[in-house]
Amino acid sequence: MVVRGRVYRVSGPLVIAENMRGSKVYEVVEVGPERLIGEIIGVEGDKAIIQVYEDTTGLRVGDNVVGTGYPLAAELGPGLIGSIYDGIQRPLPILEELVGFFIKKGVKAAPLPRDKKWHFIPLVRKGDKIEPNDYIGYVQETETVKHYIMAPPNVHGVIEDIVPEGDYTITDPIARIDGKELVMLQKWPVRKPRPYKEKLEPTEPLITGQRVIDFFFPLAKGGKAAIPGGFGTGKTVTLQQLTKWSHVDIAIYVGCGERGNEMADALHSFRKLVDPRTGKPLVERSVFIANTSNMPVAARETSIFLGATIGEYFRDMGYHILMVADSTSRWAEAMREISGRLEELPGEEGYPAYLGSRLASFYERSGHVVTLGKPERRGSLTIIGAVSPPGADFSEPVTQSTLRIVRALYALDVNLAYRRHYPAINWLTSYSLYVDNVTSWWHKNIDPEWRSLREKALAILQKEAELEELVRLVGAEALPEEDKLVLEVARMIREDFLQQNAFHEIDTYCPPRKASMMMRAILLFYDLGLEAIQRGVTVEKIREMKSRARIARMKEIPNKGFEPYFEELYKFIRDEYSKLIEEVHVYA
Amino acid sequence: MPSPSLAIRESPGLYKAQGSLIIAEPMKGVSYGEVVEVLLGTGDTRLGQVIDVGKDAVVIQVFGGVSEVDMHYSRIRYRGEALKLPVGIDMLGRIFDGLGRPIDGGPPIVPEDYQDINGSPLNPASRLPPSEFIETGISAIDGLNSLVRGQKLPIFSGSGLPHNRIAAQIVRQARVRGKEEKFAIVFAAIGVSYDDAMFFIENFKRYGALENTVAFINTADSPVIERIAVPRVALTAAEYLAWNHDMHVLAILTDMTNYCEALRELSAAREEVPSRRGYPGYMYTDLATIYERAGRVAGKKGSVTQMPILTMPDDDITHPIPDLTGYITEGQLVLSRQLWLKGIYPPFDILMSLSRLMKDGIGEGKTREDHRGVFMQLYSAYAEGVKLRELAVVVGTEALSPRDKKYLEFADRFEKEFIGQGEYERRTIEETLDLGWELLAILPEDELKHVKEEHIKKYHPKYRKKKS
Repeated sequence: MVVRGRVYRVSGPLVIAENMRGSKVYEVVEVGPERLIGEIIGVEGDKAIIQVYEDTTGLRVGDNVVGTGYPLAAELGPGLIGSIYDGIQRPLPILEELVGFFIKKGVKAAPLPRDKKWHFIPLVRKGDKIEPNDYIGYVQETETVKHYIMAPPNVHGVIEDIVPEGDYTITDPIARIDGKELVMLQKWPVRKPRPYKEKLEPTEPLITGQRVIDFFFPLAKGGKAAIPGGFGTGKTVTLQQLTKWSHVDIAIYVGCGERGNEMADALHSFRKLVDPRTGKPLVERSVFIANTSNMPVAARETSIFLGATIGEYFRDMGYHILMVADSTSRWAEAMREISGRLEELPGEEGYPAYLGSRLASFYERSGHVVTLGKPERRGSLTIIGAVSPPGADFSEPVTQSTLRIVRALYALDVNLAYRRHYPAINWLTSYSLYVDNVTSWWHKNIDPEWRSLREKALAILQKEAELEELVRLVGAEALPEEDKLVLEVARMIREDFLQQNAFHEIDTYCPPRKASMMMRAILLFYDLGLEAIQRGVTVEKIREMKSRARIARMKEIPNKGFEPYFEELYKFIRDEYSKLIEEVHVYA
Repeated sequence: MPSPSLAIRESPGLYKAQGSLIIAEPMKGVSYGEVVEVLLGTGDTRLGQVIDVGKDAVVIQVFGGVSEVDMHYSRIRYRGEALKLPVGIDMLGRIFDGLGRPIDGGPPIVPEDYQDINGSPLNPASRLPPSEFIETGISAIDGLNSLVRGQKLPIFSGSGLPHNRIAAQIVRQARVRGKEEKFAIVFAAIGVSYDDAMFFIENFKRYGALENTVAFINTADSPVIERIAVPRVALTAAEYLAWNHDMHVLAILTDMTNYCEALRELSAAREEVPSRRGYPGYMYTDLATIYERAGRVAGKKGSVTQMPILTMPDDDITHPIPDLTGYITEGQLVLSRQLWLKGIYPPFDILMSLSRLMKDGIGEGKTREDHRGVFMQLYSAYAEGVKLRELAVVVGTEALSPRDKKYLEFADRFEKEFIGQGEYERRTIEETLDLGWELLAILPEDELKHVKEEHIKKYHPKYRKKKS
């Protein structure tokens, strides 16, 4: 039954309609003569409260409101890869063709191309028994992405008919199961998590190519992390780096309430940059959702859930997915605005009391799972959310609510950013609860001593922080030689290891093995330094060593075939120390 | 503003008038966001806008406030459409009030079109990433916080700091190298003093820029609520010139702090739940609908570059106004009271300033191959110097190592020679970078980790002198 009502009141993105008996919460409605898309967020008597995903200017009391009977759903199927959507999955490049470079309201376009033919290869035969999420066949969507066509999560039965290999559109029937025609296109409500068989504890790290994350605060496939940071701390660059270089099959970048130019920059650079693991442009494994700050506020929320839904869909194929959301604070602000207009009782700083649970419902869609369906497969969805705390004050509600949910925190520090220490991830306040999970993977695949190297390096940095307070009182020269060496080595860890230049052709991505060898060089320098000090060498002499400059240039060592360089560097450091110690003993 | 409309209707009844809001009797067909004229008993009219419409009442925000509105004689005339600005190439060289009515004594312009002052969001997929370097001739900007076409780069200032002089210098000197293209300046004065507004107008006149300028002036004594419209009116003009007349437009909006105050006043009048410091919770979104109206698009020759100016209350960068602005704009140029007191013009606080779009606008073919390295090196060296300066206050200069003393010397000379420059001095980017190398030569060579070795050999004064 289609509900037809009339506009009763308009206040910004919020519309109240009357005569709406029979409508459901979260049902999509079309409002006014331009058929603006809205979603019912509350019903009361015969009135429905609607948040409208487009500009409401021009709406009048008495305008038509028509229910669709369905909740807001994402279209899933071949054609997703490389797409650029707004928050309600309108394809932005198609909108440009339709109405030019300004987004006009009321424009409608199908999210997935209806006329494009995909080469479908079946994987099942007539008579096969099908359970939800079973592979039916696949389409090679891009050179790197094999897009499996799965039975929708609510379909099971016996294949009565299956088309032969060939070219089909997403709405052409490809199979018949118990009398029901199956097409490649699926729809799934964005607010409802897709089902899976079992959630597993993440054990494999998500290698990001960023040393501070991989080596110090590892993220796990299926994990959830937050990156809070004041403005200018490099949040967006860090997120883009993670999206670009992470070892995942598909990356989903959600720009939610952020800058248009940045989104344009991301789109263009993803077309140009090449995935180091496949040699293909990054855009061939990416999906973009762009709802910039000046686009309608209410659509920020849907952009986040749309991203998660697309992520889960690919996860169900058995892939590893990374979704980044920049920035969850803007979404929270949108919630606050709608809540304010509804005149709900505000929680902290005007945010609605359900802020925490709404954030949790988003982050909880991450996970490493055994999917439904045959063949048995595992997939993961990792979620990283940026948080933009006002005044870089982490005590504000959005940051605090997020910290209760996520298991890794990359705290961006204003002071590091002022010193142009990028990525400005503070090593004293950041943490990862995935360290234990991924230890055995690191020890088996990268470096059997990773855990102890990591702890030793962190201890040096911790010691530096303590010493710095002392230095402020007495000056660095008054410290004992061992402590002076700690300061020297801590500086090396900071500048030559933690700092990583996103715009340097080599340093932008660092393989974990190289990161580990870099750290070994620094710690070798430290260990031999301690020994040298005991044998009478001063830190002043150590500071003049040529090894220091060589260590500073480690980042520029190519990412392939670097092992011999490092072996040679270790030898160089050892030889230089031996010489230093010899000199001291000759004079003595 | 005269604009043709067929749907004009009048409503008699008012329920309430207070602050800048009128609550009127409901009327059939009133649309959200439409413009109204408030007809006063005295015969005057004021413009207003519908900000809430329902079956029980219509809420109208009145530009110019509700003084002299009464319940008896006042009428509301609904115009049936959103606030529109008559636009045309004729606007160049003219001065308007905050709602786009000429105030320079000249005739009304011949409109080529009427455009909704709220604009429409640019499709992110149609945008081109800004990458054309604008040479402002100011070392602190060109060398360390480069501005590119289509960027929005605000100046965060404090009361009494020379932000107006700097903005005027940028307008005088800015150019894209090797190109002669149509350019225009759109200037919006939002609640500034008459002197400040005239300073700019006089400056444009003196340097022959007035004929390329469209100015919108809302001075401190103009109606507060009109300030909500000024930046939108100005950017509508800017967008029209950029997208319809292929011009490169630099929009200067001063002072955005006044805009935000007006927004707060309006929000309070509407009895909304306030967010930080009484500013409305939607201030981020509201500011974004202004600042995001900058950029370049594929297939268009023109561009809109924005330079908003705001004064940080109590020089506090964490105050909601600079804070939310910084989250939207692509960087910020922060002025330092400390440097200004030291007599340094322009007093840019280098460590707090940032240009996010710099990376795409510099380097080989755009500025010079060594630009990135020099920029990073100057930055980190100055940061080190400033840190050591603080340390030296506590432990005394004598307790510092020889290396540290070099950094102190560097920081002092960097402030005086690199940041500091004349108000009428224009440095090319090569001069700026060479000056940077001169200063870096103070430091030991193995401290120069951010510059490539080949660039050291090519540009470091030590090797340059050897060659010559």
